[in-house]
Amino acid sequence: MSAIHFPPPPAEIAFPELRAQVRAFLRETLGPAYSPYARARSWTGFDAAFSQKLGERGWLGMTMPKKYGGHERSDLERYVVLEELLAAGAPVAAHWISDRQSAPTLLKYGTAAQREMILPRIAAGTCFFCIGMSEPDSGSDLAAARTRAEPVAEGFVVNGTKLWTTYAHKSHYMILFCRTSQSEDRHGGTSQLLVDLTTPGITISPILDMAGEHHFNEVSFRDVVLPKDALIGQMGDGWAQVTSELAFERSGPERFLSSFTLLTQLIRILGEAPEGAARRSIGRLTAHLMVLRHMSQSVAGMLARNENPMLQATIVKELGALLEQEIPEIARTLAATAPAHDDHQTFAQVFARTLLAAPTFSLRGGTREILRGIIARGLGLR
Amino acid sequence: MSDTTSDSMTAMIADTAERLFSDLAAQAFAAIPKHPGDGAVPWDAPLWRAVEELGFPLALLEEEAGGFGLDPLTALGLVRQAAAHALPLPLGETMLANLVLAQAGLALAEGPAALVTGVGINRDGDGWRLSGSAADVPFGRNLQTVVICDASGRIARVAGGWQTAEGRNLAGEPRDTLHFDLVVDGCDTADSSFSPDLINGLGALIRAQALAGALEGVLTRCIAYVNERVQFGRPLAKFQAIQHNIAIMATNTAAARAGADMAAAALPQVLSDPARFLRQVAAAKLRAGEAASLCAPLAHQVHGAIGVTREYALHPLTTRLWAWRDEHGSETDWADHLGAETLRRGHAGYWPYLTGVEGDLT
Ligand SMILES: Cc1cc2nc3c(=O)[nH]c(=O)nc-3n(C[C@H](O)[C@H](O)[C@H](O)COP(=O)(O)OP(=O)(O)OC[C@H]3O[C@@H](n4cnc5c(N)ncnc54)[C@H](O)[C@@H]3O)c2cc1C
Repeated sequence: MSAIHFPPPPAEIAFPELRAQVRAFLRETLGPAYSPYARARSWTGFDAAFSQKLGERGWLGMTMPKKYGGHERSDLERYVVLEELLAAGAPVAAHWISDRQSAPTLLKYGTAAQREMILPRIAAGTCFFCIGMSEPDSGSDLAAARTRAEPVAEGFVVNGTKLWTTYAHKSHYMILFCRTSQSEDRHGGTSQLLVDLTTPGITISPILDMAGEHHFNEVSFRDVVLPKDALIGQMGDGWAQVTSELAFERSGPERFLSSFTLLTQLIRILGEAPEGAARRSIGRLTAHLMVLRHMSQSVAGMLARNENPMLQATIVKELGALLEQEIPEIARTLAATAPAHDDHQTFAQVFARTLLAAPTFSLRGGTREILRGIIARGLGLR
Repeated sequence: MSDTTSDSMTAMIADTAERLFSDLAAQAFAAIPKHPGDGAVPWDAPLWRAVEELGFPLALLEEEAGGFGLDPLTALGLVRQAAAHALPLPLGETMLANLVLAQAGLALAEGPAALVTGVGINRDGDGWRLSGSAADVPFGRNLQTVVICDASGRIARVAGGWQTAEGRNLAGEPRDTLHFDLVVDGCDTADSSFSPDLINGLGALIRAQALAGALEGVLTRCIAYVNERVQFGRPLAKFQAIQHNIAIMATNTAAARAGADMAAAALPQVLSDPARFLRQVAAAKLRAGEAASLCAPLAHQVHGAIGVTREYALHPLTTRLWAWRDEHGSETDWADHLGAETLRRGHAGYWPYLTGVEGDLT
């Protein structure tokens, strides 16, 4: 059979005490004033003070070695903390990229000096990262990236433009994917560099999304001089390093919980005994969520066992985005409330925010079309 | 059993089953009546004998009860594998009948068996009177043992004496109505904590596994076909629209299987935590049914006209998908079950409900 299998998730993933601790922390830290409208930002809500509190509590850099300020806890414990944060709609954006992607990349490929300088600050929730991959002419086709880092005596001179760089304007560092030499192979001659965003020659310009929110940026580099030790990993290995990040990026609970606040608000306004169609719609969404959680936890288990669940992670992201995008449309059929940001009703506001964010769910982290291509290739079609 | 011995045992059982099922699949396909008027798919005695010789009907039982002590995922995996080859085989039904008999302390089933509800078990002198009708019993006409669970949870093991009214589902599998009006003696009945709802849930669990299996069979066939069929000078597999249809089928097939395995893992708690068992089964059956509804038409789409012919072996799988999604609760029925349970707890209870850990988030 050619089907793609998800092994059972590790039994210990329930972690009831840890869940209870995170919930108590969230109730106390966010408080009742933290509105559903704020929660509906999901993992795009930025709050540096919150990230620092989370770091103090020991819930950032959870799996990192203690010598780098980490806590040497399991991948599964980290998963549980993430899931609880997301379900509550906690403002996790400040540390999201550094904790999820940058720290593991530095731990795996970074120099001793890079690790010592940065990892403890990531674990403390005081050092934030952004991802410099996409460019004006390089989106899905990441290998078309043109930003160049020219090797020179003192290090590199960088020229080019990165685009859609989430929270670059509030980050300390970027991990830059760029060309460092000529290569026949489209994937060759690329590297990852650690960029201190205060370096002269870097201009960060805001791009507002359709809701008027500022998370996107354009980051341009004009003759930016980076030191030699900005290199992460090996010269020319950028492509392999970048693609190895993707299983971590694609399978987490953020791939099915982006619309979760809207779903709970929908349940709130439906009341405890709504009529049949509403009851069945909630039941159906619940079934989908249960199965997706199970699949996502299965991937977490594979990652924890150092297996390579690239295809499974891609499937979770694809199915998760479909579900997250369906929730606002279902909400619309069940609640006689139009989405509106300035409505006095909580539901209308949450609905508006989620509806306007929903198109991005199948763009960010690999578009739906690209993911489907990866799945088909994984099944031997090409 | 240590992890490694159980892993290799699992692999060995799955391999043995796969060889047997794929060897017998062509013959089972050839035996399907050409015209709907010719009746249901015939009983495959050699297949049943082979399955019985391997001990598969006992797969869910502990070693002490005569089984292999397999985990339910592996045991129910056999149901999935048989379904992937569209075999006429009440294997899951018999496994579950044996499980309930063993739990109730009754003798195990002779031959093919099924669990039924809708029949009363009432005192009649020194014996028990069985009266009422069980509808849509899989392979009812072929059964040697019927296991009844009445509204009070009483279990009766019956070896004959019922009247059969023949029927069949969309795939031509026998779905018969069994009429009971007879008296059995005391040793064939026992009290249990099962209920008709739980028996239906057990049926839904094996249908979810079977749907996952049929979906895997469909996906495998589709992949082979699009790699082989050439149009416009290229295999269909080269076209992006085809690749995306295959990817949609693959994601839904994976979800159906994952959901069915999630529910299978809850089987050991069927009596200790029946509400949780039914919740997992509800999600699994709903998800598998939805996957079936999406994948069956796509499978036909990528096959073109050949796929809708009687002589091409796609319809045994797709008609099973369309039949099984309605058996033991449709998506609508299980959505209702989950929705009622969820909404009763209100919005603050939703995340605790999903995680199984109490405590509010806000
Ligand atoms: C909210 C959000 C946050 C983001 N944050 C970051 C960030 O922090 N850092 C960063 O580097 N990037 C970021 N991105 C960019 C993201 O990675 C890109 O949007 C994504 O890779 C797609 O690229 P594109 O937008 O240029 O679309 P394009 O690649 O131009 O695609 C446009 C459409 O064409 C389709 N398409 C493209 N190629 C094919 C093909 N071969 N076959 C079929 N269809 C195809 C796509 O699927 C899509 O539907 C972010 C994006 C979003 C929406």
